[in-house]
Amino acid sequence: MKKYIGKRLLQLIPVLLGITFLSFAMMRAAGSDAIIELYGDKGAVAQEIIDAKRAELGLDRPFLVQYGAWLKGLLTGDMGISYVSGKNVFDTFVSKLPATLLLTVLSIVATVVISIPLGIWAAVKHDRFTDYFLRFFSFVGNSLPNFFVALLLMQLFSIRWKLLPVISNGTTVQSAILPTLTLAIAMSAKYMRQVRATVLEELNKDYVLGAKARGVRGSVTLWRSVLKSSMLTIITLLALSIGSLLGGTAIIESIFMWDGVGKLAVDSITMRDYPMIQAYVVWMAIIYVMVNLITDILYHVLDPRIRLGVQEG
Amino acid sequence: MRHEKNSLKTRLIIFAALAILLVICSFFSEYLTPYDPYLQNLDIAKQAPTSAHPLGTDRYGRDMLSRVIAGSRTSISSTLLLVAVITAVGTAVGVICGWVGGWVDTVLMRISDVFLAFPGLVFALAVAGSLGGGLQNAIIALAAISWPKYARIARSQTLSQKETTWMKAVRLSGSGPVKMIFRHVLPNIMGPILVTAMLDIGTMMMELAALSFLGLGAKPPIPEWGSMMSDTRSLMTTSPWITFSPGIAIFISVMVFNLLGDTIRDYADPKSRR
Repeated sequence: MKKYIGKRLLQLIPVLLGITFLSFAMMRAAGSDAIIELYGDKGAVAQEIIDAKRAELGLDRPFLVQYGAWLKGLLTGDMGISYVSGKNVFDTFVSKLPATLLLTVLSIVATVVISIPLGIWAAVKHDRFTDYFLRFFSFVGNSLPNFFVALLLMQLFSIRWKLLPVISNGTTVQSAILPTLTLAIAMSAKYMRQVRATVLEELNKDYVLGAKARGVRGSVTLWRSVLKSSMLTIITLLALSIGSLLGGTAIIESIFMWDGVGKLAVDSITMRDYPMIQAYVVWMAIIYVMVNLITDILYHVLDPRIRLGVQEG
Repeated sequence: MRHEKNSLKTRLIIFAALAILLVICSFFSEYLTPYDPYLQNLDIAKQAPTSAHPLGTDRYGRDMLSRVIAGSRTSISSTLLLVAVITAVGTAVGVICGWVGGWVDTVLMRISDVFLAFPGLVFALAVAGSLGGGLQNAIIALAAISWPKYARIARSQTLSQKETTWMKAVRLSGSGPVKMIFRHVLPNIMGPILVTAMLDIGTMMMELAALSFLGLGAKPPIPEWGSMMSDTRSLMTTSPWITFSPGIAIFISVMVFNLLGDTIRDYADPKSRR
């Protein structure tokens, strides 16, 4: 087990280096005209001032030296200053992160509440009306872009029925409902299918038939054995879907004016605030890689077959 | 079993016909629009749906039906282009990795690991942000995050093909590597790759529309479904048809391609049918 964790941590190094390098190189290539961004494209600024500013920002040094310096800054929380607000980029990112994490956690909870029972229900009622009905909804949910769902919910709940605020006024429970629901609908549609497939696979195993033959009630088998052994896969799949959620919050946050890092990123892109975009991309990727690593390790710790070194088959 | 196979075939034909119809409509969209999608007429701005304008008009008095039809060209053809690009690039990288092996394989696969390490649209947002908006850049952005999946499939397929006995026979009979790859490896590995590509069309269409919605894809006045929706969001309270008709167009197209993708997958792999 320790060997496995060590191996995974070792594999992480090139990936982290790659992530940081790619984020840096991309924004550096785009932001090579940072000076022009700063002074506007008027050509009214003297070349000396431009050169002085370049030297001040360290843009005249070799590329790899700049990368090294930036990497050091990344580790110490100094990722430069926003072109727009003039504030420390990392501090801004950290101050907006809790709102996004709150939205993420709420959406995951909502997804679990919606999709796990429905997925199990669909599997139990396999190929009957309930199953088809639920699969139809899951299919529709999979074909709806989340910004469309967001606008639809907004139209119904805020404009037509006037139940909820159109745009969020701070991170309150009331303004969290619609963004959470939007994200949860898209995720549940996908996740319900996976839950259904997992439970169905378990239900088709021989021991279920054996239990039935011995006269064990179906519900007992389902709750005591089937769900217990399906849960591991179900939870792992859920953790792995956090990635699409982290990326998906950006668009939903900007629609509902939810003041998190996603909206920050979209706003920064519009205003070409490269250091800010850079911080967002790097940190979201690092968070994602870490979540995946922890999921993977937990999976290995929790699965008795792997933990005890039993070979499958 | 026989019956099931037949009904699957019927489904395949129906959905394929619908998808082809959609693609043909999108290619000939300029001949199908009842009005000029760019023609402004402020006298009839923001009209609710009537028989003359079945989907109403937008704030410049442009016919919404014409704009939605014209938008199909942008949305559908750019999605198909995008899927074609990632399939080709991913397959090429994957086959090279699987065939050559060694350090080439290690380096390319580590690179694909890095791309896979970015969550969902985050990296696409960054690429679109650094290149600036525009449909072309949105396609590049989505291609950058999507090719590794295809590379992985192509690589593992190539590896398993390489080990087959008949592949050794082909090699013994004196075929060169180029001929072996194009004549023998590619035809045998294209099945799973094409199924994945078909399943991805719907997702890619939604992601492309999402980037346009954020203003990072097609720019107004070019009719594109995602940007049409964000462009008209402020009118949602008074004239919801302007915002929602492009949305319904996305939904229908995505659904048709998803149905087709699912059916092709079931057809190709009976095990996934449950």
